[in-house]
Amino acid sequence: MKVIKEKHPFLMRWTHWVNFPILTIMIWSGMLIYWANDEYSITIFGHTFVKFFPDWYYDLLHIPARLAEGMAFHFLFMWFFTLNGIFYILYTIISGEWRRLLPNRHSFKEAWLVILHDLHIRKMAPPQDKYNAAQRIAYTSIIVMGFGSVITGLAIYKPVQFYYLTWLCGGYHLARIWHFALTIGYVLFFVIHIVQVILAGWNNFRSVISGFEVINEQPIPVIETPNEDEKA
Amino acid sequence: MKKLKKELTVDQKIKRRNFLSFTVFGALGASAYGGWRWLYTSPEETAGITAGAHKPLRRALNKTEIFFRRLTFNENHLVKTYPRSMAAKVIRHNSDIGSEGKMPPENWKLHVMKISGEVLQITLEEIMKLPKTGITYDFKCVEGWDQISHWEGVRFIDFINHYNLQAEATLQYVGMETPDKQYYVGLYMPSALHPQTLLAYQMNDELLNGNHGQPLRLIIPVKYGIKNLKRIGTITFSNSRPKDYWAEQGYDYYSGL
Repeated sequence: MKVIKEKHPFLMRWTHWVNFPILTIMIWSGMLIYWANDEYSITIFGHTFVKFFPDWYYDLLHIPARLAEGMAFHFLFMWFFTLNGIFYILYTIISGEWRRLLPNRHSFKEAWLVILHDLHIRKMAPPQDKYNAAQRIAYTSIIVMGFGSVITGLAIYKPVQFYYLTWLCGGYHLARIWHFALTIGYVLFFVIHIVQVILAGWNNFRSVISGFEVINEQPIPVIETPNEDEKA
Repeated sequence: MKKLKKELTVDQKIKRRNFLSFTVFGALGASAYGGWRWLYTSPEETAGITAGAHKPLRRALNKTEIFFRRLTFNENHLVKTYPRSMAAKVIRHNSDIGSEGKMPPENWKLHVMKISGEVLQITLEEIMKLPKTGITYDFKCVEGWDQISHWEGVRFIDFINHYNLQAEATLQYVGMETPDKQYYVGLYMPSALHPQTLLAYQMNDELLNGNHGQPLRLIIPVKYGIKNLKRIGTITFSNSRPKDYWAEQGYDYYSGL
């Protein structure tokens, strides 16, 4: 029998979908800024594996020579990014959703099992609950990363007035590197996230828009037993 | 007559809720896209003291400036300084708009416009007689690079006091221009009076050369490099924003750190 099962509360869906375009704009305008001093690469033992970013990439996205414009967009949308993040965190705290989101003491061991299961190495799936252990870690990390972006961002935006944040990030130069690395982290998260959403299928995807999942329940005969909860 | 409401079947409920949420989702998505197109294609601001930015974005920059300036700017917040030995020997040269070539000190005078209309003309020799202050700090360019460098000169606040410009210092802004008026900056007074702001004539152990604003330049560590004008010709004081080279190219007027 088909049953509607509530999954994602409205505010979860709201903050998720508001964040998506805002983060996209932040990453894009961040690239407009980064272009003006694009010094980062992944170089190991003198061999450069990745250069951020190659010329064809800049040209494709019309990045070059738009520093002022990039800053103007970045310093407007930083407000929305931060406020939406604060709103989400407050919501998870007040609603108690954090209990289903934060990793617990089993999560790190279980997350490993989730990965093995997803890679079809292990047959049995670890407990799912609303979020499985790997999801708990991923969805908590992404919030920590968002917080990190705000802190490292402020550290390079006002390094004199927020000198303690700059100090915390290991100095101005390092703060800029962190800020960049976190952005690369979002992109990696996004790729895995999309693959997982596609694999999880329609029912799961729809729940992030409509809030519910449809599950098939075997009708179980109800056995009347005195229940402690019912007395309360 | 009242119509009896029939209990919806599960399938009907699913259909109904899907329809509703996807419609709302689509509508919000479309209006978000519309809002973005509106912003992205919004007209440029009318050129004035600032220019070159989208109108709504300039408004946002100005509001954000006021927020951070009022909330965070404090003259006791000092720029981090480094041991002199960490200063770069070769100092990066990015631009010489308004300060091309050489300007020997004997051909140069600093012009200070007082409120009274009087113009002070000051030679480098006179400036070098004032108390000397040095600073080794991380110079930060708006492009994103930074370099630890060492500068020496007279603190702007000492300069103000020595030449009795206290009345001028009560105005809101300082303007500085190169002698050929090709490059100019506007500074919010508290940043100019910040204890680490220097009128510098020396870089490492040498007097400034052609590339770095010979003979006198501004070193204002609480601002991006774009505000650190090379080769000061004229200093003015006002209550309205003085013109600013990069603010006319779409950059934030304040550009404070």
